[in-house]
Amino acid sequence: MSIRISQIDKTYGTTRALAPIDLDIRDGELIGLLGPSGSGKTTLLRIVAGLEQADGGSIHFGEREVTQVHVRERRIGFVFQHYALFRHMSVFENVAFGLRALPRRQRPSNGEIRTRVMQLLEMVRLAAFAERFPAQLSGGQQQRVALARALALKPDVLLLDEPFGALDAKVRQELRRWLRHLHEELGFTSLFVTHDQEEALELSDRVVVMSNGRVEQIATPDTLYREPANRFVFEFLGDVNRLEGDVIEGRLTCGNASVSVPGVEPGRRELLLRPHEVHLAERAIPAAHLPVTVASIVPVGAEVRLELEADWLEEPWLASVSHAEFERLGITRGRRLFALPSRLHGFDAAGAQNVALPVG
Amino acid sequence: MIAATLRRQASRRVLPGFGLSLGVTLTFVSLILLLPLTSLVGQLSQLSLSQYWFLISDPRILASYRVTLLAAAVAALFNAAFGLLMAWVLVRYEFPGKRLVDALMDLPFALPTAVAGVTLATLYSSQGWVGRWLETLGLPIAYTWVGIALAMAFTSIPFVVRTVQPILEDLPSEVDEAAVTLGARDGHAFRRVILPHLWPALVTGTGLAFVRSLGEFGAVIFIAGGKPFETEITSLMIFVKLQEYDYAGAAAVASIVLATSLVLLLVINLWQGRFIRRLHGREA
Repeated sequence: MSIRISQIDKTYGTTRALAPIDLDIRDGELIGLLGPSGSGKTTLLRIVAGLEQADGGSIHFGEREVTQVHVRERRIGFVFQHYALFRHMSVFENVAFGLRALPRRQRPSNGEIRTRVMQLLEMVRLAAFAERFPAQLSGGQQQRVALARALALKPDVLLLDEPFGALDAKVRQELRRWLRHLHEELGFTSLFVTHDQEEALELSDRVVVMSNGRVEQIATPDTLYREPANRFVFEFLGDVNRLEGDVIEGRLTCGNASVSVPGVEPGRRELLLRPHEVHLAERAIPAAHLPVTVASIVPVGAEVRLELEADWLEEPWLASVSHAEFERLGITRGRRLFALPSRLHGFDAAGAQNVALPVG
Repeated sequence: MIAATLRRQASRRVLPGFGLSLGVTLTFVSLILLLPLTSLVGQLSQLSLSQYWFLISDPRILASYRVTLLAAAVAALFNAAFGLLMAWVLVRYEFPGKRLVDALMDLPFALPTAVAGVTLATLYSSQGWVGRWLETLGLPIAYTWVGIALAMAFTSIPFVVRTVQPILEDLPSEVDEAAVTLGARDGHAFRRVILPHLWPALVTGTGLAFVRSLGEFGAVIFIAGGKPFETEITSLMIFVKLQEYDYAGAAAVASIVLATSLVLLLVINLWQGRFIRRLHGREA
């Protein structure tokens, strides 16, 4: 079921929670709403669910307009951050709740309910736990119960509010992968809220980046990462290094450091780059003379993270290099090296311009 | 030597002051609770079993049990419904003057019960503001068991409100929302989701209100009027016996009230413990 959100806005007192927002979600799409806290992502999700009323605008599920439809008639499934399971009911009864709440004419027989619930529990791999109470399950298991409960009524749309926010890193990873599989298998249209960029990028078909009640960019994870629409998106999607200096005739100078930036307008400029876009060498090259000192070394997984300091930098840069590179250069703490940026990103004040500058 | 030191350290508790605090607690429990109870039992020991039975099964006393139990039960049930409503309103809605209403809930505890009794009696007597109107409708309140129940309800309402309120505050509104997103009507959601959570607190509060009502004296005697066999409550009977210097008789009746209260409190505690264990998943 596709979702069409048009001109939805919301104000709490004097704070504008959502500027008029438009968003089209195709049938079967998995969309991530990503943003810092207070960006309006949860408000938008709750308005789509019908748990909150928008001040203006309309929402359609397929051809059906649901703007004024009560939550219980919207045919949505909602998963809460803290599971919101019914603690006094067994896992089985939790999942069966929606089916038992149906008006008598539509309610399936007890046998049918049993079959359906067990099928759902099978799907979330918790069939053996049917008679347990929520408090006897781990966080990840509880969230799977919540998901089975939300899917029991075969909702048109599945909405998830920070579904993995309360879980630890490992379980979160596992559940993400599992939700992705489930989505591919069942093909429900789904909208989820997260403040974790990794989660949004890994899980979504498309990501909606929000800040201050506005949509900053709607794009596939790949586009979002490679071609951020503005500085906010760029900074929000990962670690960022800053380079500020005066540009004269295509060369940026900052203290004793300089780098050639062909095509950049002269004047005071701030350029950004990601840690993986910083390479290191023992010698400077004509295009880049950026002397740095290695301040700390943290080996994480497939790469080594370095903190680089220099007089011309206000705050240290982060760089990630491969283990092979790390060994080749024989990097130790206090080692003096030269940074070679492979790309530099510039955003002007309006935030619309995106310049990628291959250097070195 | 070293082993002994180690052993002594190992047996030490992490929290300090166990011996002292428990000692003080037990001393006060003995002085304030056990000593008076012992003297009550002491009074009883002057009676033979048949005398005891004769005293506690006197028809007038039996009638007082009935009146007390009936009025206390009605008051407790009324409080269960009204207290739940009050707690719900105080937790779930925002309205001007909410703090004031919240504070008013404790008034029955703060007010001397005799003051409450006099006030209620004047209000509901056949000349009183409210009593006059009810009298013409054929619903006399003062000097009937209804008046007794009313006074009991007044003094024990905070028990229900104050036990249910924190539980309701703990229940995240997400749980209601979850029920609604699953298509549950309000009534269904309340019955199946909210009430089961409040149930232990509600029963405990109601139980406490009931036990408190059983022993209520000050607030009730003025409005009860004290007609033998009709509006005499058990605590009044104890008072009457004391005024007649019949200490043994008073103790005998008091022992019945005491035993009933103790048994009820114990039952409530045991039952609540079982329910809470289930909610927290310690029961396999």
